[in-house]
Amino acid sequence: MKKNTDLTRREFIKGAAGIAGATVLASCGLSGDALEAFLQKHFKELSNDEKAEILKRIEDECKAKYGKEVAVVGTPAEEGVLFAYALDISRCIGCRRCVYGCCEENNQSRDPQIHWITVLEMDKSEGVNLEKANSYYEVDKVPQPDKFYFPVACQQCENPPCVKVCPVKATWKEPDGIVVVDYNWCIGCRCCITACPYGARHFNWAEPKIPTDELNPSMHYLGNRPRMKGCVEKCTFCIQRTRGEEKKYPKCVEVCPVGARKFGNLLDPSSEIRYILANKRVFIFKEELNTRPKFFYYYGL
Amino acid sequence: MNNYFKSSFVILSALIFFSCSKSGKSEETIKTNYESNKDSNLIAVASPPFSEFIFPCSRCHKNIEPNHKRRELVWAHDNIKLEHDEKNRWCLDCHDANNRDKLHLADGRLLDFTESYKLCGQCHGPTLRNWLAGEHGKRTGSWKGQKQYLLCVNCHNPHSPRFKPLEPLPRPMKPSELRDTNGIRL
Ligand code: SF4
Repeated sequence: MKKNTDLTRREFIKGAAGIAGATVLASCGLSGDALEAFLQKHFKELSNDEKAEILKRIEDECKAKYGKEVAVVGTPAEEGVLFAYALDISRCIGCRRCVYGCCEENNQSRDPQIHWITVLEMDKSEGVNLEKANSYYEVDKVPQPDKFYFPVACQQCENPPCVKVCPVKATWKEPDGIVVVDYNWCIGCRCCITACPYGARHFNWAEPKIPTDELNPSMHYLGNRPRMKGCVEKCTFCIQRTRGEEKKYPKCVEVCPVGARKFGNLLDPSSEIRYILANKRVFIFKEELNTRPKFFYYYGL
Repeated sequence: MNNYFKSSFVILSALIFFSCSKSGKSEETIKTNYESNKDSNLIAVASPPFSEFIFPCSRCHKNIEPNHKRRELVWAHDNIKLEHDEKNRWCLDCHDANNRDKLHLADGRLLDFTESYKLCGQCHGPTLRNWLAGEHGKRTGSWKGQKQYLLCVNCHNPHSPRFKPLEPLPRPMKPSELRDTNGIRL
C-alpha cells in the first residue's frame, strides 16, 4: 500500500516537472511539432507505435519545409548481415563522382557545403602520407601521372571511438555494423568529431540548405533525412538503400566510373567483399589505432 | 584453361534478346548464374557499345570479300586507332572473317558480342576471374540479389583499352570559405 502511494507521488512530481518544463519550452518559442521533437525519447527506447508517429511527424515536417512528399522509414538491421566496404586505391582516379553522388543521395547541405566523402590526392613517391595529402586539388584531368587518390569517409569501426565519447549516447553501432546518429538526440557537443581519427563526422554549423528538386525523398530516420542546425552527421553506408527492400548498393558504389568501390555482407562467404579480403592485398587505414574498420582499402592491380 | 571456359559456358545460363524501340537497334542482355552466388542472377545490363548504325556488321560486309591483309583502313572504320597489342593483333584476330556478326575465340569458336568477355579473358585470365567474382569492374543493383554487370568493353574500348582520363568534379570548399545564411564566416 505504502509503495503504491510512493509511486503515485513520484509520478506526480515527474508529471508536474514535465508540465513546468513544457511551459518553459513553450515560452522559448517551442510548440507543436518542435516541442514534440524536443521531448522525444531516445530512438532505441521507442516502441513501434511511437516510432511510426515520429516518422510520420518528420514526413510532415519535410513536406511543410520542402513542399515535397517524402517517405521516412526506420527499417532495422537484418539478422546475419554485417556490412563491409572495400575500395581499390590502385584504381580510383580521383574524379570525385562519389563525393557528389553521396551528397545528392544523402541530402547533405549544399550551403554551407557538407561532404561525407573526402578524396585525398597523394604523391606516388610518398605513399599514404597524410601530411602530404591534398583534398583541394584542381586539375583538368585525373588521374595525374605522379599521383594516386585516397577517398576517405566513415570507416564504420567495430570499435568506434566516436561512440565511446558521446556523452548522451546519441550515436551507436547498429547490429549490422553501421554507426548511426540520432540527430534529434544529438546535443551538438562535437566530442565525436574530435574523437574520430578519420575526419568522417561533420557538424551543421548553420541551418542546412537543399534545393527542393534535389531533395531525395526516400529517407531513413538514421540516415539521409534532412538534418538540423547543431547536429552531427556522417556516412551510414546509405542505410536507406542498403537496408531497403531492394537491398541496393550504396550510391558511391554505383556512381564510381572505374568500379573502385565494393560493398557487401561480411558474413556471406560468396560476397565480393569476402573474395577481396581472401585474395587481395588489403590495407586498413590507421590500423594502429585499433578502431577495427569495416572499410578496407586494397590493391586490385 | 579449357575447363575454365567450359564452366564459363555453364555460367552463361540464358540469353535474352530484345529490341530497343528507341534506337531500333537490337540490344542484348545476358543472364548469368555465377557459381558461387547461385541464388542471384547476374545480368550484364549494358549492351555492347556499338557506334550507331554499325551493327549488324554483315549489312555491309556480306557484299565484301574478306581481305586478310594487314593494312591501314581508309574506306571505313578509319576512326579506329588500334592501340591494343597492335604489333601482334589485327581485326580478324577477334572479329570473324566469315561471320561478321560474331567474334571468335583463338580456337575458332564463335561468340556473340555479348560474350566478348570470354574473348578478353583469353589473354586477361586473372582479370576475367576477378570480374566474375565482382572484384574487377562495376556491379550495380542489389548487394544481396540481382546485380547488373558492365561488359569489359563498356569501360575499355577494345581497340584502345586504357581508361581515358576524366575531368574531376569541383574541389570541396575550404573551411575559410564557408558562410552561414547571413554571409558570416562559420
Ligand atoms: S568515383 Fe571512384 S574513381 Fe572517382 S574519386 Fe570516387 S572512388 Fe575514385
